[in-house]
Amino acid sequence: MDIPRLALDAITCERGARPLFAPLSFTVGAGEWVHLQGANGAGKTTLLRTLCGLMPPASGTIRWQGQTLAEAGAAFRSDLLYLGHALALKGELSALENLLIDARLRGHELTPQAAQAALEALGLRTRAHLPLRVLSQGQQRRAALARLAVSRARLWVLDEPWVALDADSVQRLSERLDAHVHGGGSLVFTSHQAAPLQSPGHAVRLGS
Amino acid sequence: MMGFWHVFTRDVRLALRRRMEWFTGMFFFSVVATLFPLAIGPEPKTLHLMGPGILWVGALLSSLLSLNRLFEADAADGSLEQLVLSPHPLPLLVMGKITAHWLIAGVPLVTLAPVLGLQFGLTHEELFTLVLTLLVGTPVLSMLGAIGAALTLGVRGGGLLVALLVLPLCVPVLVFGAGAVEAVSAGLGAQAHVSLLMALLLLALLFSPWACAAALRIALE
Repeated sequence: MDIPRLALDAITCERGARPLFAPLSFTVGAGEWVHLQGANGAGKTTLLRTLCGLMPPASGTIRWQGQTLAEAGAAFRSDLLYLGHALALKGELSALENLLIDARLRGHELTPQAAQAALEALGLRTRAHLPLRVLSQGQQRRAALARLAVSRARLWVLDEPWVALDADSVQRLSERLDAHVHGGGSLVFTSHQAAPLQSPGHAVRLGS
Repeated sequence: MMGFWHVFTRDVRLALRRRMEWFTGMFFFSVVATLFPLAIGPEPKTLHLMGPGILWVGALLSSLLSLNRLFEADAADGSLEQLVLSPHPLPLLVMGKITAHWLIAGVPLVTLAPVLGLQFGLTHEELFTLVLTLLVGTPVLSMLGAIGAALTLGVRGGGLLVALLVLPLCVPVLVFGAGAVEAVSAGLGAQAHVSLLMALLLLALLFSPWACAAALRIALE
């Protein structure tokens, strides 16, 4: 039981042979969040992509429940929800179709009713069937964040989740993140604002 | 296998929403095949001789035209990252994309070919061979083109590079495809050519999805 869920050990990342930050070690346990902080270009997004397994770290190891990411493989990926700057939404498809396809590709079964309910909870009831490209920036972000409402992944990795949201949506998102952490989930995110979360967690600062 | 199916249906659905994109390839193919008889002149013997080659070159260029953008949209909107992070095996997801692309861009060429072949005075038997070889050959072209598209993802002016990378690999397909129709015209039968094309298809099936997946992983780093 002592194995932390996600453990980073002396991780460094490079961009074009230039180290981005001093070696970094931290763990993320069940029911805990970690807020990555750092100036623009400090390597926050690179670190997030690295701990998802999209790119290998320059040095150090990342372990998921005691296994390296390569060993954990598909088991790790089915327990991971990563939302980057790019929303991974298709403008030609409706918010509902996007959400359903996304869930299927993650290997989750999602009924259209459940997907519709998730979009309605985010205030997209009347927009759920429109092609996504006609929605506003903030509405598109909300459609992307609807994945959180239906996700069963235990580790959420979010890059600037509160960007471009109105006050109501910020509140709703924070509640959802708190619920995830209180339910035993883990969360790693970047944000330039102080995190409006009630659940337990700590900040990690990236520096050189 | 579910991953293959999910990506396949997604891409087909997307293609149905942006019809102009796949219409371009068919249009290009018809234009090439129609302009050649006009330029060469109405001599039936010459046309009959050149027909299979022209149709095959047209099909090859037309499928390459659409292929170099196979992964571009997914890379731009972040879907590619999500595909790589999906628990489904990436080669299967890639295969889904390639199959969808072939259905949208390759199959219309195969169905259009016999109509265009009539302009060159090809006989029934030759037309049948043409369709058969295109049916086996266009998936090979799609799979080869996908490797090129994956390798050049994110490279500026990647389209030209894809052509340079992939065209040499496409030459055997072109030679055996067009050769099969000529062999039928010469009364030799196309069995040898078609068998070789099928061998190429199997080889591509075995190799292409994994090569694409590896190239995509590198492109995302």
